[in-house]
Amino acid sequence: MSAEVVIASGADCHLMSGCGFPAPGAEIFQFDAVWTFHVGSLDLHITKITFLIILISVVLMAFFLYAFRKPKLVPRGAQNVGELGYTFIRDGIAREAMGKDGDKFVPFLFTLFFMIWLMNFVGIVPFLQIPVTSIFAIPVAFALIVYLSWVPLGIYRQGFIPFFKNMMFPPGVPAPMYVLLAPIEFISNIVVRPFTHSVRLFANMFAGHLLIASFSVATFYLISASVVGILGSVASFAVTIALTGFEVLIQALQAYIFTLLTAVYISGALKAEH
Amino acid sequence: MTNLFASVAVIASGGAEEMPSVLSVPIDELIIGLIAFFVVFGVLGKLALPAIKKTLDERTNTIEGGIGRAEAAQAEAQQVLEEYKAQLAAAREEASAIRTQAQADRTAIIEEARNEARVAAQAVTTAAEAQLAADRAQATASLTRQVGELAVGLAGKVVGVSLTDDARVRQTVEDFINDLDQQVAR
Repeated sequence: MSAEVVIASGADCHLMSGCGFPAPGAEIFQFDAVWTFHVGSLDLHITKITFLIILISVVLMAFFLYAFRKPKLVPRGAQNVGELGYTFIRDGIAREAMGKDGDKFVPFLFTLFFMIWLMNFVGIVPFLQIPVTSIFAIPVAFALIVYLSWVPLGIYRQGFIPFFKNMMFPPGVPAPMYVLLAPIEFISNIVVRPFTHSVRLFANMFAGHLLIASFSVATFYLISASVVGILGSVASFAVTIALTGFEVLIQALQAYIFTLLTAVYISGALKAEH
Repeated sequence: MTNLFASVAVIASGGAEEMPSVLSVPIDELIIGLIAFFVVFGVLGKLALPAIKKTLDERTNTIEGGIGRAEAAQAEAQQVLEEYKAQLAAAREEASAIRTQAQADRTAIIEEARNEARVAAQAVTTAAEAQLAADRAQATASLTRQVGELAVGLAGKVVGVSLTDDARVRQTVEDFINDLDQQVAR
């Protein structure tokens, strides 16, 4: 059942008609496969999420290819907007975390940020209305890419033993503390980090979408020709709008946090943290 | 649907195919996410971003180049000013040296002229004095002789005796003149 189905069925189910509140749950994040094809033993399901991923990828590539097709020294129009994005990633994230070394990671961070941001953003675009990042597999995919970038990079740059030594034995700590610190550092950096990285993004987008869906359903559920019905419905609608506005902020913030953490991880891999 | 993570909710709900856990990671979605990222990363990283990076670098260069040119111009102006000041100082020094030299030259010339004049005057004086002395000596000799002759002539006429070539007469005249000289000197 998709979100639209829940809301549509909610329109027939009212407080006054003795129907229980059809609270939206995990089912609003499930989409029916419109097309399934097989690659070996693997079933590939083409769903709304798949379409959104393709749409976002195409829009992203098209916009930036258009904006940067013939860049001028004095920018105008789309180039201005694109440059704003580029300098934000370069100066605000890459150089902020890594200094001048960050310049070569700008394309990576740029792609990460704008893909995640757009995937968050489609959550409030009418008819699309599902943040792609609220599907756990997507943040996992991004966190995996990041994890498989900074760990090999750190081993390559620092050497296998020094990489783990620098991570697990930060300087300036009394020697006995390493008994406690070394396992904690190892677990938090190598084991837990990809989970926190992906879950942070997923949980924020999931919860935000669930909240908006709940209040949208409540708007229809409560509506009736009574004081309680009108007040409740209007209040729910107002909260839906307010939450949507709040979501815009969260979407950008979560994309920023994810990308900034990526830059910090890469920075830590480039040279030992002190 | 293939899940990477064990889905507790799916197991709990009796494995309903419709309702897997939200924390399940279907491998097809994961793969699509990965492919999408790498395609976008490849296209943006290879085609779109190098162009804008180049442009931004060029712009930075242009701005910094402008600043550089301004700095160069300022440095040049400063250098020209320094040179001008140095030239001015040199010219002043030269003028001062010339003035000093002129002063010295003038003093020297005056001194020289004075010396020359003094020497010339000295020479003239010496010559005049010599001439005077010679004239006087000549005049004295001539006068002595003439006076002697006159006196002898006169005395001869008075005594009627020729006293012309007499040594004694000459002695007398000389004695007389010497006596006369002594009287003049006194």
